Amino acid sequence: MLRKLFKFHGGVKPQTHKAESTTQPIARVPLPERLVIPLHQAVGGHPRPLVAPGDKVFKGQRIGGADGSLSSAVHASTSGIVRDVAPALMPHTSGLTTLSVIIEPDGEDRWGELDKVNYRTTPPDELRDFLRDAGVVGLGGAVFPSYAKLKPGKEGRLKTLVINGAECEPFITCDDLLMRERADDMLKGIVAMRHMLQAEEVLIGIEDNKPEAVAAVQAAIAASGQSGIQAVAIPTRYPAGGAKQLIRVLTGIEVPHGRRSTDFGVQCFNVGTAYSIYEALEFGRPLISRVVTVAGNVDQPRNYEVLIGTPMDHVVRLSGARPDTDRYIMGGPMMGVRLPAFDVPVVKATNCILVGSPALFPPPPPEMPCIRCGECAKACPADLAPFEMYWFSRSKNFGKAQEYHLFDCIECGCCSFVCPSHIPLVDYFRFSKSEIWARERDKSSSDAARDRFEFKNFRQEREKQEKAEKLAAKAAATREKVAADNQAGTASPAAEAPDTAKPAAPSAEDTKRALIAAAMEKARQQKAQVAPKNTEQLSAETQADIDAIEARRAASAATPPTPDA
Amino acid sequence: MINSPFVRKPASVQQVMLQVLLALVPGIAAYVWFFGAGILVQLTLASAAALAGEAAMLAIRGKPKALFLSDLSAIVTAWLIALTFPPIVPWWLTVTATLLAIVVVKQLYGGLGQNPFNPAMAAFCLMIVAYPALMSQWPAAGQLDFSSQLQLIFGGIRQVDAITGATPLDALRTALRAAANPDSQLHGLRASQLMDGPAYGMLGGKGGEWVALGFLLGGLWLLQRRIITWHIPGAFCLALAASAGLLWAVRPEGFASPVFHLASGGAMLGAFFILTDPVSGATTPRGKLLFAAGAGVLTFVIRAFGAYPDGVAFATLLMNLCVPLIDMNTQAPVFGHKKD
Ligand code: SF4
Ligand code: SF4
Repeated sequence: MLRKLFKFHGGVKPQTHKAESTTQPIARVPLPERLVIPLHQAVGGHPRPLVAPGDKVFKGQRIGGADGSLSSAVHASTSGIVRDVAPALMPHTSGLTTLSVIIEPDGEDRWGELDKVNYRTTPPDELRDFLRDAGVVGLGGAVFPSYAKLKPGKEGRLKTLVINGAECEPFITCDDLLMRERADDMLKGIVAMRHMLQAEEVLIGIEDNKPEAVAAVQAAIAASGQSGIQAVAIPTRYPAGGAKQLIRVLTGIEVPHGRRSTDFGVQCFNVGTAYSIYEALEFGRPLISRVVTVAGNVDQPRNYEVLIGTPMDHVVRLSGARPDTDRYIMGGPMMGVRLPAFDVPVVKATNCILVGSPALFPPPPPEMPCIRCGECAKACPADLAPFEMYWFSRSKNFGKAQEYHLFDCIECGCCSFVCPSHIPLVDYFRFSKSEIWARERDKSSSDAARDRFEFKNFRQEREKQEKAEKLAAKAAATREKVAADNQAGTASPAAEAPDTAKPAAPSAEDTKRALIAAAMEKARQQKAQVAPKNTEQLSAETQADIDAIEARRAASAATPPTPDA
Repeated sequence: MINSPFVRKPASVQQVMLQVLLALVPGIAAYVWFFGAGILVQLTLASAAALAGEAAMLAIRGKPKALFLSDLSAIVTAWLIALTFPPIVPWWLTVTATLLAIVVVKQLYGGLGQNPFNPAMAAFCLMIVAYPALMSQWPAAGQLDFSSQLQLIFGGIRQVDAITGATPLDALRTALRAAANPDSQLHGLRASQLMDGPAYGMLGGKGGEWVALGFLLGGLWLLQRRIITWHIPGAFCLALAASAGLLWAVRPEGFASPVFHLASGGAMLGAFFILTDPVSGATTPRGKLLFAAGAGVLTFVIRAFGAYPDGVAFATLLMNLCVPLIDMNTQAPVFGHKKD
């Protein structure tokens, strides 16, 4: 059973605060008065709304259809009436809104007709489409559509399927409880994924501060009689649950930024995702609820099974938020996002509602200058030199910041956590990244404008040429006609002229088409070349970050605010 | 606006500096024991000057005074100045040197975290160039009582040449040069024989070796507290011992032993407290090795062939100059780009 484990550089050991919320089983939440279900909850394209105000919907009915090559469907979490399809505040720091379906539950919680699939006989391609339409996305927080990851690499098979039950963020215990209570079903989901990926072995990584979960999963594996699946206890060290870090710990492989892990024979899924895949494949139930930890400044921290779209304060009320509560954080204290309001909806990315107070999360002491102590570099799991990136981000020397691998930063927060000068390093990196995205976007839109301009020039040129050719043809025709008239004097000009024009016409038409196609192709290629890096896999949060930046830039044409403002 | 992470390790610049100061205490205790309490006067003078200079500059630059004065970084600079200067330099020299270090070398370059040169070492070099005589008078262990030390520090007239000599490092070098001269009465004597005088102890200078041991202990504690890493002290000591050992092995009659070099002068202070100054030193692990090894070799070269009593200060400044280059070229490969 003993496996050789690998280490990743850096990492930190914050207080885990996990015991408080694991004393009781996962609880159900009564139906709220209103569900607000954002259509864009996952990485990829915005799903298009499939319902209109006044429509009656059933539980599990698709209300947002996957759109584009990477997109994932969204469903009604309960039965009721669609009250509105309108922008609503999203659970993100920016305070931006996003198109959402607002449902008033009818209290019956009645399932609609569900698509079923026999996953043992269905070809993988159809299973992927099925999972896309079931809205299954990564529940570890990255919300990447799972179907897109359920493709084996070029060789058609995978060496290792890594299942992420590490749950390294303090306070969060939703995966822990899920593994304790639903290990058997989760394992069935894993077996299905393994089948789709043709994975040789499966490694389920769980931090060793969750012995109950390890035991439960091991028992489930033993009971299932499956071979080649192993639950591995890994050392507790944040961010061991980062996909790259976990892959590194379990297999020794480092997947570089911007590369697909399948190129290295590995793929990684969260335990919650495995469970949703089981629900979808076994019962046809789409992803309409998830386990959410409520922890922090509450009387009874606990895990809940929450319908997507439930207002957060509706859930938190059950745990008893203390009076000095001043904010909710979605996620953990290391990477979580501060929310703009208490009633924003629970979405697929919500693994934890961390209730905060000034006493629990006091503001950091005043920022001091960097003393180049290198603590941040020692703690960085991506082996970066944060203080160098900080220096260049601060001076807005983004090129240099990128040279120091800004985009390899996983925003884990370890550097900010250890910095003795209390510099909010990650904030600087987020700021720089979004500034770079914004600039790339400006650049690519101006490139597109230039392309349009060039194409217009080209078209005008071409039209001029065509006109000239026509005129020439006409002149020639006229000359011939005159000549013919002179010769016979009887032939009709209408019959004669096309004859001379005809042989030329098709070829002119062909070249024209070819030229247009070439120009279009050139424009397309240029556009592809200048497409901003790192924008292909944006999460809803990142997208919101970018939108926030855009909004800010639009609002103030003056110099962009510095992060220390 | 506060974003994640919402929790932080309880660490601060003040704590780091405080631990550095604490780590200096064993060495200071040995200093007082062997050389008298005069050093405490110097430490106090330097600290007061450092705080005054820092406060004035912070006021001029419009920076929050309480925040930066309490970070203790100025005190660390002050103590390093007091501990590297001869303990009987006049008060005005200590004060001037400290003000130079704080006002010019640190604050004019932008304050905490911005100075490319180690302020204490820059001050040392400036002073030794400006006042070579005063900076070269070192009392031997137990030679001066407290009141004569006070008199030397605060009194006007100095007749110290008669009672104080050079550092053991300096003295041994002079003696070794003499030994190389066939006309000298010391001719043909080896370093070990030359070290037979009352100024020398078992390993280095009498008393001085105990002070060095004190700094070594404090330094090891800093290592254990993870305030510093092993790279700089390790590479410095190794490079100093190796370069000294090489010449010593070839010509034992012409050079001091590597142990003598390690136990004398500012070697231990340099290895654990001066070169490890994060602001002016290299930051990458490989860079630290290069940086400290360079300083070790330079220290030996200046000690053996130069005209100054010790080489640590000049070696530090020279290597400070190389830091941007070293750091730039020693960035470790990032995650996923390592070749293993
Ligand atoms: S931890 Fe903070 S003070 Fe230390 S080098 Fe990094 S940014 Fe600078
Ligand atoms: S936030 Fe980025 S720079 Fe900071 S420790 Fe994490 S990966 Fe490294």
